[in-house]
Amino acid sequence: MYDGVVADLIDELGRLPGIGPKSAQRIAFYLLQSDPADVRRLAEVLVTVKDKVRFCAICGHVTDEETCRICRDPRRDSTALCVVEESKDVIAVEKTGEYRGRYHVLGGAISPIDGIGPDDLRIRELLQRLTDGEVTEIIVATDPNLEGEATATYLARLLAPMGLTVTRLASGLPVGGDLEYADEVTLGRAFAGRRRLDA
Amino acid sequence: MDSPAIVRHISLADFRNYEHLEVSLEPGISSFVGRNGQGKTNLIEAVVYLSTLGSHRVASDAPLVRRGTERALIRADVVRDDRSLQVEVEITAGKANRARINKSPVPRTREILGIVRTVVFAPEDLALVKGDPAERRRFLDDLLVQRHPRLAGTRADYDRLLKQRNALLKSAGAARRTNPQDVTRTLEVWDDQIASLGAEITVSRRELADLLRPRAASAYAELIDSGDTIDFDYETSVPHLATTDIVAAREGLLAAMAERRRDELDRGVTLVGPHRDDLLLTLGPAPVKGYASHGESWSAALSLRLACYDLLTEEAAPPVLVLDDVFAELDASRRAHLAGRVAQAPQVLITAAVAEDVPALLEGARFDVMDGTVERCG
Ligand SMILES: Nc1ncnc2c1ncn2[C@@H]1O[C@H](COP(=O)(O)OP(=O)(O)OP(=O)(O)O)[C@@H](O)[C@H]1O
Ligand SMILES: [Mg+2]
Ligand SMILES: [Zn+2]
Repeated sequence: MYDGVVADLIDELGRLPGIGPKSAQRIAFYLLQSDPADVRRLAEVLVTVKDKVRFCAICGHVTDEETCRICRDPRRDSTALCVVEESKDVIAVEKTGEYRGRYHVLGGAISPIDGIGPDDLRIRELLQRLTDGEVTEIIVATDPNLEGEATATYLARLLAPMGLTVTRLASGLPVGGDLEYADEVTLGRAFAGRRRLDA
Repeated sequence: MDSPAIVRHISLADFRNYEHLEVSLEPGISSFVGRNGQGKTNLIEAVVYLSTLGSHRVASDAPLVRRGTERALIRADVVRDDRSLQVEVEITAGKANRARINKSPVPRTREILGIVRTVVFAPEDLALVKGDPAERRRFLDDLLVQRHPRLAGTRADYDRLLKQRNALLKSAGAARRTNPQDVTRTLEVWDDQIASLGAEITVSRRELADLLRPRAASAYAELIDSGDTIDFDYETSVPHLATTDIVAAREGLLAAMAERRRDELDRGVTLVGPHRDDLLLTLGPAPVKGYASHGESWSAALSLRLACYDLLTEEAAPPVLVLDDVFAELDASRRAHLAGRVAQAPQVLITAAVAEDVPALLEGARFDVMDGTVERCG
């Protein structure tokens, strides 16, 4: 429908999550009509974000340094580890103010339809972190949906022989959704009422 | 018995062949008459959709959206005990639907279930007795979700788990030679969840079959003078699966999955669970399928539908009865019997190609349907 570079722009935007063909077109034309300086700034941020931002060498959370702020903070409780799917879940749990331990970001959930198995998640890195015996409780805070539940079960079974306490957030979270959609109070309550996972 | 919910108004936008439609209805009988392909079935299909979140004709939502458009809208004003409720669902092909109750969005479409309830009689009903097991599973599930809307979520989750597990079985089939322990461990993660939901569906369907049995038998006896009675059994894919309670059924499903793991890996599909169950219909000593005459088959299908109507009526309130082009399919005696059974229902929606197909007993409001328009004409 559109020529060359405009079509490319619409295609690229359409690849982003949550953006359908119509929105992609709307954003493309918005950009075309915007002030060149604004567009340049956006382009620069996009490039730098890829150059600068990395994943924490310890927990996998986004950071601009070798390790993230939470992993570097000596005041955090290093006996508790909260396992989440994505970086955005770290932010969601942090907002509740209920948790003072550290995190481990898996980078997703088990989902065979999408070709994601346990080996595609940062599970090996998780096991590595547990070898020194400092961590005693693992809180599995994967999303309250089918894939998050499956991932939690997988982890519970894997960790059971290691003699750790493995807990899962209490029910009451909107089932089927993403962790990040739960409001702070609900998520905080779910944290406080976490229950032991039986393998 | 509660008072029935009556559909008082239907609005459609880009649904099937309707670009835009507003039609007001009254309690009692409404007949929609018009030549073939004008939109009669499409109209009642919209009402059915509100009750089951699916069409009674097609498995996918895509054909429901008017060709060349992206989104269909069904809205109904439903009155019960002088209280009016507006339900609305927006169908976008290939995307999640959205629903509103009294104009407020609900988090899940299935929250509108139970507001409009229907029982549909249609020419396709013959497939209930002659067709694949999938037809009968769907028959049970459509009734289940109207009685217990929560089960719609269980069904949807079960389907998704099944897809996940089948995808895993396919890819694991190859991997099991290199790493059998890993394959087992990942499969078991899905087994747990799928067995829980599968057990819930199995037990609910079996209970439903038990509730329908006596009602279908008496409906059948009224339709046919011969001595044979209709009977059915909920047949599980796992022989002798305990279906009395969910815990026992879950254990049984887990055991069956463990037992058939090798087969499942070979074939790359889940071989046990409610997605492979059936409702086995018998007439006297013989199965209906393959043995019953055409008339007997129709009587069996009608009695299943009548049993649904009776059950919903007894448990809560009479549902909206939808008779899609059925009278032309039936012989004189079955037609008269059906007409007699439904004439007093609080709301009946009938479609017919010619007015003469509608039995005199079911004289009511008449609407002409022509090329995506509906006009009241008597
Ligand atoms: N998604 C769609 N977009 C546009 N038109 C559609 C769509 N789906 C179906 N139709 C049209 O709707 C018409 C069928 O309507 P419907 O099934 O309601 O017919 P009917 O009035 O019940 O006829 P019959 O008496 O043959 O049962 C067909 O002409 C078909 O092409
Ligand atoms: Mg029709
Ligand atoms: Zn970190």
